[in-house]
Amino acid sequence: MPETPVIETDSEHPGCVRLSGDWIVDRIADLQARVDQLRGPVEALDARGIERIDAAGAWLLVRLAQRLEMDVSAIELEGEHRALVDTVARAEQHEQVGDTVREPGWRRFFGAIGKLITDGGSHFVKLSGFLGLSLAALVRIAPRPRQWPVTATIHHMQQTGLNALPLVALLSFLVGAVVAFLGATVLRDFGAELFVVDLITFAFLREFGVLLTAILLAGRTASAFTAQIGTMKSREEIDAIRTLGLDPVVLLVLPRLVALLIMLPVLAVAAMVAGMLGGLTVSVTSLGIPAELFLSRVEETITLRHYLVGLIKAPLFAMVIALVGCLEGFKVAGTAQSVGERTTSAVVQCISLVIIIDALAALFFMEIGW
Amino acid sequence: MVSEIAISIAGLKNQFGLQVVHEHLDLEVARGEILGVVGGSGTGKSVLMRAILGLRPPQAGRIEVFGHRVDERAGSRDWLRRHSGVLFQDGALFSSLTVQENVEVPLKAHFPDLSHSLRRELALLKIRLVGLSDEAAPKLPAELSGGMRKRAGLARALALDPELLFLDEPTAGLDPIGAAAFDQLLATLSKALGLTVFLITHDLDTLYSICDRVAVIGEGRILTVGPLDEVETFDHPWVQDYFHGPRARAARKGTT
Repeated sequence: MPETPVIETDSEHPGCVRLSGDWIVDRIADLQARVDQLRGPVEALDARGIERIDAAGAWLLVRLAQRLEMDVSAIELEGEHRALVDTVARAEQHEQVGDTVREPGWRRFFGAIGKLITDGGSHFVKLSGFLGLSLAALVRIAPRPRQWPVTATIHHMQQTGLNALPLVALLSFLVGAVVAFLGATVLRDFGAELFVVDLITFAFLREFGVLLTAILLAGRTASAFTAQIGTMKSREEIDAIRTLGLDPVVLLVLPRLVALLIMLPVLAVAAMVAGMLGGLTVSVTSLGIPAELFLSRVEETITLRHYLVGLIKAPLFAMVIALVGCLEGFKVAGTAQSVGERTTSAVVQCISLVIIIDALAALFFMEIGW
Repeated sequence: MVSEIAISIAGLKNQFGLQVVHEHLDLEVARGEILGVVGGSGTGKSVLMRAILGLRPPQAGRIEVFGHRVDERAGSRDWLRRHSGVLFQDGALFSSLTVQENVEVPLKAHFPDLSHSLRRELALLKIRLVGLSDEAAPKLPAELSGGMRKRAGLARALALDPELLFLDEPTAGLDPIGAAAFDQLLATLSKALGLTVFLITHDLDTLYSICDRVAVIGEGRILTVGPLDEVETFDHPWVQDYFHGPRARAARKGTT
């Protein structure tokens, strides 16, 4: 059983403090409180009564000696404890670097804002550079079909395209149904329920089809790209690729980029069809618009232009998702934590960029009157 | 009161599927000594350490640490956890925590009542004891060199002031100068803190410079154990190759 540490002043020599008991880490909180209470002129520390002592106890002893402005060697100790106390004393006096001065709160606040802005700027530069690097690699290997990473591209087309199809179709169908209900609620007051058809077709052909697909892929695919490449980076596989004389951009980025460039428009078309089917279902079942009427209305109002306005954004979104996903993967530095952080960052950036680009495009097409 | 035997292993058997790693393995480690454990790859040095630590239940045998039996009973490892420290091969520092926080983890787990500042001070003390400067404390493991990571891992292993220290190849991956410095640090600390050290190593320099006794694992058991000069002369092909190969001669020359 550990013996209670004792700190007592010698009754015969008032300047001499006797220490005994167990000075070990189990007792450290209690001990520290009592050591701190020790006041008054102390001329000598007699620690020969200490039964057991460990580094934590020795540290307290050294601290006590420092506070009393005594030399550690002046503490009276059992011989077997001397080495430990000396080692701890040496470690303590090694370099007492003062605590780093903390900046005041307002400076840190403005500093954080500044860092955010410069980081954002340098990130934009990096992303543009990465785009250029990828395009250059694409152009470089274009005339050499033997170097095309065909297998990897098809693998990623399946992963990011085919496997995502059911999810994209289901979600678009549901959003289509919701838009139909929403439109009907407003338009019923004007007796213009038939215009629900215009609403759905316009919304899905021009915006929702491609936007929903892009947002889904930003969550599903960009995160996967970052995690895949990030894990490779942290295991030095990227460096291995380079030392083997291969180009990680050709090997890792191009297959993903090309796969998305091909598959995102395909998925977007599927989303348009599914969304309009969702609207059709709601129209037929609860709005009283027969399917023939729905379809003939679609034929009357919709021109090819609306479809193209939607689809033209698909390659742009594909580029953003693939490039941001891959670039964030390359930014991973070593740790598991870093992979997580970069993945989050990739998804957030992709979704934000997709929505911003979509908004700008909508504005542009409205201005040119398409 | 306190036994002079730190670790006592009797009749240990470890088996993975059909592959028997240890059979009838007996070993005793005396209090306060540094025991070097050597053996070829795949002879189960790490498995032995994991068995002693209770990380992997053995198929048979009895393991006692300072008279406390380690087995599958709930709570049988609590004493061991509190009184032993482990340095894994690459430090096994938690990558999301700073060095300082890494060292504080065991303190937090075993002494939740410690005040924040006291815990901080104790962790800093351990960081200084292993020869790291205070600037290393707020760094993440990824920002440290291999040698510093090892030292930080040692600081975490020492956080609870253990009596028993387990080291798995502490000098692997260090340059010779760094390895020699680490050996010296281990020797100094184990003496000052009164540690019993169970040290797995391939490094002949480590064996010659700091180990009190050496145990050789092979053929599923301890082939021989004793002071270096006795073990060197043990008649077994692997032991002869190991201690009388070109590298061993160089290491011996360095110490004598």
